[in-house]
Amino acid sequence: MSSSQLYDAPEIGLTGWTRWIWRQLTSMRTALLLLLLLAAASVPGSIYPQRSADPNGVVKYFDDNPQLAEVLDFFQLFDVYTSVWFSAIYILLFASLVGCVLPRTKIHYEALKAQPVQTPTNLSRMPVFEAATAPKGIDPVEKGMQILRSQRYRVIRRGDSISAEKGYLRETGNLVFHFSLVGVLIAIGIGGGLSFSGQRVLAEGDTFVNNLAGFDSLSPGTFFNPDNLSPISVTLDKFEVDYDFANETNIGAPLDFRATVTVRSPEDQQGQTALVRVNEPLDATGASVYLTGHGYAPEITIRDANGDISYSGPTVFLPQDGNMTSIGIIKVPDNLPEQIGIVGFFYPSAIQLSTGAYTSIFPGAIDPMVSLNVYTGDLGLDSGIPLNVYALDTDRLTQVAGRGTDNPAVEIKLGETADLPNGLGTVTFDGVKRFASLDIAYNPGQIWVLIFSLLALGAVTVSLVTPRRRVWVKKTTGGFEVAALSKRDDPKLEEVVRELTLGIRNG
Amino acid sequence: MTSIVLNEALSQQSLLVVYAAMAVFTLAFLASVYHLSQAASLKDKNLKSVRAFERIALALSILGTLILAVGVFMRGFAASRVPWANLYEYSITGALILMMIYLISVRSKEVRIMSTFVVGFVLLVLGTAVSIFYVQVASLMPALQSYWLVIHVMVALLATGFFSLAAALSVAYLLKTANWVEKAKTSRTKNFKKIMEIFPSKETLERLAYRFNIIGFVLWSFTLIAGAIWAERAWHRYWGWDTKEVWTFIIWTLYAGYLHANATRGWTGKRAVWLGLIGFAAVVFNFTIVNMFFKGLHVYSGL
Repeated sequence: MSSSQLYDAPEIGLTGWTRWIWRQLTSMRTALLLLLLLAAASVPGSIYPQRSADPNGVVKYFDDNPQLAEVLDFFQLFDVYTSVWFSAIYILLFASLVGCVLPRTKIHYEALKAQPVQTPTNLSRMPVFEAATAPKGIDPVEKGMQILRSQRYRVIRRGDSISAEKGYLRETGNLVFHFSLVGVLIAIGIGGGLSFSGQRVLAEGDTFVNNLAGFDSLSPGTFFNPDNLSPISVTLDKFEVDYDFANETNIGAPLDFRATVTVRSPEDQQGQTALVRVNEPLDATGASVYLTGHGYAPEITIRDANGDISYSGPTVFLPQDGNMTSIGIIKVPDNLPEQIGIVGFFYPSAIQLSTGAYTSIFPGAIDPMVSLNVYTGDLGLDSGIPLNVYALDTDRLTQVAGRGTDNPAVEIKLGETADLPNGLGTVTFDGVKRFASLDIAYNPGQIWVLIFSLLALGAVTVSLVTPRRRVWVKKTTGGFEVAALSKRDDPKLEEVVRELTLGIRNG
Repeated sequence: MTSIVLNEALSQQSLLVVYAAMAVFTLAFLASVYHLSQAASLKDKNLKSVRAFERIALALSILGTLILAVGVFMRGFAASRVPWANLYEYSITGALILMMIYLISVRSKEVRIMSTFVVGFVLLVLGTAVSIFYVQVASLMPALQSYWLVIHVMVALLATGFFSLAAALSVAYLLKTANWVEKAKTSRTKNFKKIMEIFPSKETLERLAYRFNIIGFVLWSFTLIAGAIWAERAWHRYWGWDTKEVWTFIIWTLYAGYLHANATRGWTGKRAVWLGLIGFAAVVFNFTIVNMFFKGLHVYSGL
């Protein structure tokens, strides 16, 4: 006889399998394993650069290890938190959570309506038990009922015994906690879909209008509608930085960044002036404005060979180090006779090193200087492809000034004018402005994420500190018995029984 | 114009005070080790001479904590702000808070016996702080200038303190229940077994660790939420999977797993205790390796 014929296995069938899978999924052990899996799956996102948090890091990784990067990218290791496998884990976890919590809610609802359980026959078997003699003329059961009621137990008397129960909040809190987590997840999903965040770099005096064209870059949510952008404009009036001059070991450390802005709306053309600081964004209608970065925008004027102005204005130079040595690109398409491209270095407090190169020794603009590498030729602006304003495509350009050419880089102090090589014209360093990087963000879901998070925190706290207790008092010949049982760890269980016994004995 | 006053000379004196606290903690550690060895070798564990060393260890722990508190306050005054804005300050304040939590719980005799573990760990933290983490006082970068620095980091420190005590109890649990201890054969392991017998029963250790861990878990949840509120103000989004956010989440998930394990048949006892310790290992990892070597927005170690 083969082993398979030892007994008749019933057909399980599809519904049977579904039920089995569902039961496995909603078991506590599965929830536990999924939690641990989620923790483990989060780790690679802290090791490899993520496109969402550090896009430049990802680009660099591809440059440094092109082959490995391909493999990692295939496994979505640069997008861990939106990856298929990460999503699968948390979706399963939440399915398991709902499947576990729903039936428990039903059971708990019934328990809330039900009377406390029958008094066990043998109370001495309970984890905490005491027997005592009752004082004359006192009904221990009646007295016990009084005491337990005053301690807000739910009490029922059945014959010569009472059964009392307390701590329903333990399960209520636990259930509310889990439902709140579902709320958090939904609020994250919907809020993320409706949200947007855009970046804009503004030099002092410049204005930003809150529409799609106004942003340097934009990351909208899936359901984001650009028509919903509130029609405000933001002008950067002034950007100030306070540096530490006083403390020897801390000189040059920035103490405060302040962006003074004017916000105008169609209803309020005059506008409101406000201060935006790090940690103190401006909460305008429909969006908040955050200060996320800063730097210098030297004002440079270029005149062509005829003395006509071919370029003028503040240009954003991106900071490269703590002392604000900055690099910027100037493109002069209309210069005669040739287009000019410039890679400029800005030193807010310039000194010359023994090598002849310049560096900045302080982040404040004490003795500013620009040093310009000049190129001529075709800037490639006519190709119709949008170009990065922070990069110069030198493919069809010839360098005419700077390292590696016959002419030194054009070095100018504030207020000075210098000739460009080859009779291209002149360049003047007129002034120094600052720029601010602003983030304009809107997320209608985040307040709900916060509300559900706080609800979850409150509920789990209540649940963890509330013990679920059952207490019984039974009349015996010549005395009475008290016993108690707790569902989980309960530091006060013995005390409860002792005090109840004393209370009854003392009448 | 903003200006601040930094006092590096006072900070150097504060460092000396921290060294003094370490010296006292070393004596406390030795006294409690001696107490354990005596209590294990003598039949009468309540002998006066044995109890005396436990009391000496406790008195030295209190003294060391007071001295450490002075050092931490001096550092705060030297920097004109809360003393937890870089890794060094976070470590000394964290050590102080752990000692305070321990001394408040010390009325329970089951917790008091943990002094070897707790003071030993505090010495390790302080030693690393003064030798590797020390930095001169510096101003707060604008991103850290927020009242959330006070709330978010303070609660994180408290959570870490409770997790640490739970970890000490868990280590004691694992030592007590380890096979080579329970079935001790050699004289050395037999002696060790005797020492472990002074500790509370394994059920008590497990239960106490659970209690400290749930307090830590609630505080850690608050740390996470407060951090998200602050991140929204400072970085324009409440959550962005920054490395430190990732690890805060991992720790939260591991301890959530620990709580589930304690309610899952087959997972209580040793497995749950191990899980709690894995959670604590993540706390330590987050606080050292992630702070010092991982790239991210939370680059506040000052190193």
